[in-house]
Amino acid sequence: MTKRILAVDDSKTMRDMVTFTLKKAGFEVAEAEDGKAALNVLTGSKFDLIITDLNMPNMDGISLIKNVRAGSQHRGVPILILTTESDGAKKADGKAAGATGWLVKPFNPEQLIATVNRVCP
Amino acid sequence: MSVTSEQETYPVAQFRKTYFEECAELLDALQSNLELLSSGQEDEETLHAIFRSVHSIKGGAGAFGCTDLVAFSHTFESLLDALRDNKIAATQEIKQLLLRASDALADIVNAARLEQQLPPNFAADISIAMRDALQSAGQAVEAAVGSVATETKSLGEQKYRIRFRPHTEMLKKANEPLLLIRQLRKLGTLSTEVDSSGLPALDQLDPEAAYFNWTFTLETAVQRSAIQDVFEFVEDDCDLEIELIEAAAGPAETVASEAGGPLASAVAAVSVAQSIRVDVDKVDRLVNLVGELVISQAMLTEQGLGLPADKYPQLIQGIEALAQSARELQESVMAIRAQPVKSVFARMPRIVRELAATLGKEVRIVTSGEMTEIDKTVIEQLNDPLTHMIRNALDHGIEPPAERAAAGKPRQGTIHLSAAQRSGRIVIEVSDDGRGINREKILAKARARDLVPAGASLTDEEIDNLIFLPAFSTADVISNISGRGVGMDVVKRNVQALGGRISVRSRFGQGSSFTLSLPLTLAVVDGMVVSVGRETFIIPLVAIVENLRPQTADIHPVVGRGHVLALRGEYLPLVYLHRVFSIGDAIGDPCRGIVIIVQSESAGRVGIVVDELLGQQQVVVKSLEANYEPVEGISGATILGNGRVALILDVARLHEIDVRGAAGRLPTPDSSKAEPPKDLIHAA
Repeated sequence: MTKRILAVDDSKTMRDMVTFTLKKAGFEVAEAEDGKAALNVLTGSKFDLIITDLNMPNMDGISLIKNVRAGSQHRGVPILILTTESDGAKKADGKAAGATGWLVKPFNPEQLIATVNRVCP
Repeated sequence: MSVTSEQETYPVAQFRKTYFEECAELLDALQSNLELLSSGQEDEETLHAIFRSVHSIKGGAGAFGCTDLVAFSHTFESLLDALRDNKIAATQEIKQLLLRASDALADIVNAARLEQQLPPNFAADISIAMRDALQSAGQAVEAAVGSVATETKSLGEQKYRIRFRPHTEMLKKANEPLLLIRQLRKLGTLSTEVDSSGLPALDQLDPEAAYFNWTFTLETAVQRSAIQDVFEFVEDDCDLEIELIEAAAGPAETVASEAGGPLASAVAAVSVAQSIRVDVDKVDRLVNLVGELVISQAMLTEQGLGLPADKYPQLIQGIEALAQSARELQESVMAIRAQPVKSVFARMPRIVRELAATLGKEVRIVTSGEMTEIDKTVIEQLNDPLTHMIRNALDHGIEPPAERAAAGKPRQGTIHLSAAQRSGRIVIEVSDDGRGINREKILAKARARDLVPAGASLTDEEIDNLIFLPAFSTADVISNISGRGVGMDVVKRNVQALGGRISVRSRFGQGSSFTLSLPLTLAVVDGMVVSVGRETFIIPLVAIVENLRPQTADIHPVVGRGHVLALRGEYLPLVYLHRVFSIGDAIGDPCRGIVIIVQSESAGRVGIVVDELLGQQQVVVKSLEANYEPVEGISGATILGNGRVALILDVARLHEIDVRGAAGRLPTPDSSKAEPPKDLIHAA
């Protein structure tokens, strides 16, 4: 069955690139532009993976992860964070909140697909 | 585990375009949030929003290999991050630095967009200042990380023992041991041992807890770091030991790799786009083509109407339908090219900031109606006049802070910039709360220069509008920031060249307001078709006041200046088109032909003498400059229904040309005194 991925980022460029790459690789992709929108999309719909940015208006990535992990439906779904931070602090925050893995921007399509395959059963 | 074949069709150019469009929005947001910050709004949300803008710009920059942009935005971001975390205080100095950094960022983005090389050390001072600020707060800037391509060097085959004990925490983060094992298997030959001794009895088992330990033996050609990378996501949530048990022996072997699972399947679904981005060139070509189509349609209509309707009813019906569709098509295409004025407005805050700093004034700019749309051709021409008007407001209008305080005004001056669409034109207003126009001074000056006759009484509005006269372009008019050479007459000329009008209202001590009105497009003009001899001309409808055939008694000769027309107590200069363009077989007599009264900002009201009115028509403007060469008195050309070229008159210049031609003959002191005040007053 086609895997469904939710891409969460406030930057359209990023969403476009992630969506394009994933769709091309055969995934089904939905988009949300911040954590709040993501939670709405997640409600009542099943996803196999969430890819999220950390810095977003309304609800940032960390809060999104915490919310997802605290909920019931997507508690066990892998979550990848997109980060430009290289110092590890953001990564650690994301991990502590329950992120499965991360992808450091900029990434190329292969890296994205490879990382998705690493965490997506 | 790669999808290189996918990369070929990866539309980088398209993403790049989206990215830079997004950058423009991000820079706008950055700008306005920084202004909020400057005005004292230092709440967390503003700081977060500022951070996010720079962060997103940086994020995309890396993807498109814009290294300068990554480097600068990284430093910028670090500073913002420190600010956000209260590690650095938002002092006035820092705020100023942020504004400068934002301006520099805009330049760097622009250079990246145009793929231009920045001058060496561009904005280096700002980068250094930002680093200094960070360092003084004990924050080091780490280098921005470029691409994270991990190179796995091929070594000889080695054998590792890997002991792996996942924590429950790892499972809670949805890291699946099975996936890690698959990853390991891709690195070489893997043997796996599971220790399930930790597994409790079923009734004590927590289905979400980790109980198993693994010991792997991996024969591989990759380095230890590649193995560590497999556990990258879980290293904090497991016990991991990697041990080399057999060193490299023998030649390297190629690493077998599995094709990644779902890659080959399913074609991406085509998503329904709500908007598409189109190259401007394509739209321009479309606009031109539609222009041609409209011309052909006009020709057909003209031919068709000559046919007997009872004989060809369907042909005529078809022609009428075509005319309708052609016009609708034209309007739709013009709508595609319309753009919000935002792109021009967005540049103004920076100009205000920079000039205010130079002049030592405190000024803020408030914009509204940025989303008003006008044709791209007009937008492109809008920047210069608008910049001049803003500069003028800052320079001449807004007083220095001390002077404002003394006058009981807030120290900070305000410039309002607004746009609105009104009756087929766009109206742009630049108003300030500065000192206003000093009418006494202006009038005195105008009298001193003989621009206003001693006896004439001018209304306030007329006096205000004297500042658009060329004679007032010298710097000492109201206040002074000489050396720039910007006179309002230049602005006015530019605006008129666009078919626009400009006027000013002012209250002394309270401020001035300049109003600019422009046509929504420059590509189509509603015109009156007139004939002079065998020639056909188009007079733009917006300029026409009325048409009439005067009595001989109303025409008065003025020595050296041809004739004037007496009309309801006013004397209007007459311009004989046949004389201006040397047309031989024209009627040349206003009492047997037609006089079209036109009004223009610079020349006031003028009567144009033509032979005949042929009708009213919308015409597609073709540039003479682009297709031939500029001709004085002509603003463009068009092709008429009968296939003939007609020139479009530049009514503002016609009178000038005619006067110049006449002045060469015999200027008289009498007439030169009688005429200018009239022009002047009408110009107001």
